Amino acid sequence: MRALSEITWVELKLFGREPLTVLFVLVLPLIVLYILNGVFGNQPDPSVYEGLGPVDFYAPAYVALVVATVGVLSVPVHLASYRENGVLRRFQASAMPAVTLLGAHVIIAVITATVGAVLLITMSTAAYDGALPNDWPGVLAGLLLITLSFAVLGTFIGVTIPTARAAQGLGVLLFFVFLMLGGAGPPREVLPSAMQTLSDAVPLTYAGAVLRGPWLGTGWDGGAIAVMVAMLAACLALTWWRLRTLDR
Amino acid sequence: MDFAVRVDGLQKRYGDTVAVDGVTFDVCRGEIFGLLGPNGSGKTTTVECVQGLRRAGGGRIDVLGCDPQRDRLRVRRLVGSQLQDSALPDRIKVWEALRLFSRLSPDGPPWERLLDEWGLRPQRTTAFGDLSGGQRQRLFVALALVNDPRLVILDEMTTGLDPAARRVAWDLVEAVRDRGATVVLVTHFMDEAARLCDRVAVLRAGRIVATATPVELVASQAGRSTVRFTTAATDLGYLNNVTGVAEVRRAGDCITVAGSGPLLARVAHALVDHGEEPLDLRAELPSLEDAYLALTGVPATDGGAETGKVNDGARAE
Repeated sequence: MRALSEITWVELKLFGREPLTVLFVLVLPLIVLYILNGVFGNQPDPSVYEGLGPVDFYAPAYVALVVATVGVLSVPVHLASYRENGVLRRFQASAMPAVTLLGAHVIIAVITATVGAVLLITMSTAAYDGALPNDWPGVLAGLLLITLSFAVLGTFIGVTIPTARAAQGLGVLLFFVFLMLGGAGPPREVLPSAMQTLSDAVPLTYAGAVLRGPWLGTGWDGGAIAVMVAMLAACLALTWWRLRTLDR
Repeated sequence: MDFAVRVDGLQKRYGDTVAVDGVTFDVCRGEIFGLLGPNGSGKTTTVECVQGLRRAGGGRIDVLGCDPQRDRLRVRRLVGSQLQDSALPDRIKVWEALRLFSRLSPDGPPWERLLDEWGLRPQRTTAFGDLSGGQRQRLFVALALVNDPRLVILDEMTTGLDPAARRVAWDLVEAVRDRGATVVLVTHFMDEAARLCDRVAVLRAGRIVATATPVELVASQAGRSTVRFTTAATDLGYLNNVTGVAEVRRAGDCITVAGSGPLLARVAHALVDHGEEPLDLRAELPSLEDAYLALTGVPATDGGAETGKVNDGARAE
């Protein structure tokens, strides 16, 4: 536990010393929300956004997007560069199990996602009159679940992909797929049917749905929760398997 | 005999490449043990298996009574290591790294003391990415000592250090041993091995080709000795008849006589008999460098150049 808290504190400081990463993860969704609000306002239209106001629809989607960006971009780039440069070996040789270092990155992902959520909620309610979360504990629980799912996905990518540069490329690619097809871009109703099918395959779609239920008081989306739990379990198993074969 | 490390028949392969092929050696408690060998001979793989960073493919390893595979964490608490090709996060500061690693092993000396011992006080708040090669190396050795280890593994510790810093590092390695730790030193600098090591093992292509003290190693490999002097005299044919002389070579005024036995005394006697009294008559005794060359077929100083070639090849692919 002591090792975990020490490394988490140091890693958190290191994360803060990379302003570009922080900016990309935390500020970009705010900018996109600002632009979308300028374009669509928050007037409900029954034909799109499941009949919700655009800001009410997008706020949970952007919190989910922050979570997913931390998971598929920031976590794997860090871990891949640690493996590539021998930082992971350095830590392992000093009685720090790899699992502890990975754990620290998951904790930092949770902290970053929470900060991102607070920023987005503040902006959408204060500036655009969006809905405050209806069920706070529900939103927090949903946020924790999706953050863990994406952070562990990122951990698996980070311990598997050979270089930090490759991780960066994959992360940016996934970011745009998520942004466009995961409910953070054009509303699902206007997508052609082939793209709707693709959208069903994007994990961000479910992450947004997990948050939207308790946020707007429309009840939990059981299917979306099941998808996130399944992704978490699968990524935990894959990461565990990968760590066992890492030092052969 | 009390052993700190016992390695018996260690095997390790990466895919089809055999990196270590039946390596066996023992390291006594309190000694400085050198692992010598050209690049790719299996030195680093061997020490990585010893500290449990890699799984051995076969054979047995015992480190201070533990199996590095089964008791990984315990072995890592007893062992301090400075790894080749390792790094710290670019933005971590020197004091943060030392503090972090010392917190992981609370039994160690206060990290502030290591900061002074390794001359890192001026770089206290410098980020790892801004350190020079020598400063990084010193930080890594300081980190290796942060848990007050009973076995210290130093893998090419002085690579990248300037001559003055190397000498400081050598004194500190001796100080570490004097405090009671056992040291395994991986190196391709023969002066370093000759100066520091009580015993050395020479690796070639994944096998140990010799284990001995540096003096024994030189004696066992020293087949021929050499006598050199300069003279303007042209008729030196009589030297070929001196007992033990195998060859007389001449390059301008420089004469090299190769042979065996008490060569210097006999050559000197013959020269004086013929009225030659060269001022610079001297014997060149074989060094650890010569013994290493004879054992591995690779000059010790060419180690670095060889790595360069391998890396270039990899980049070209």
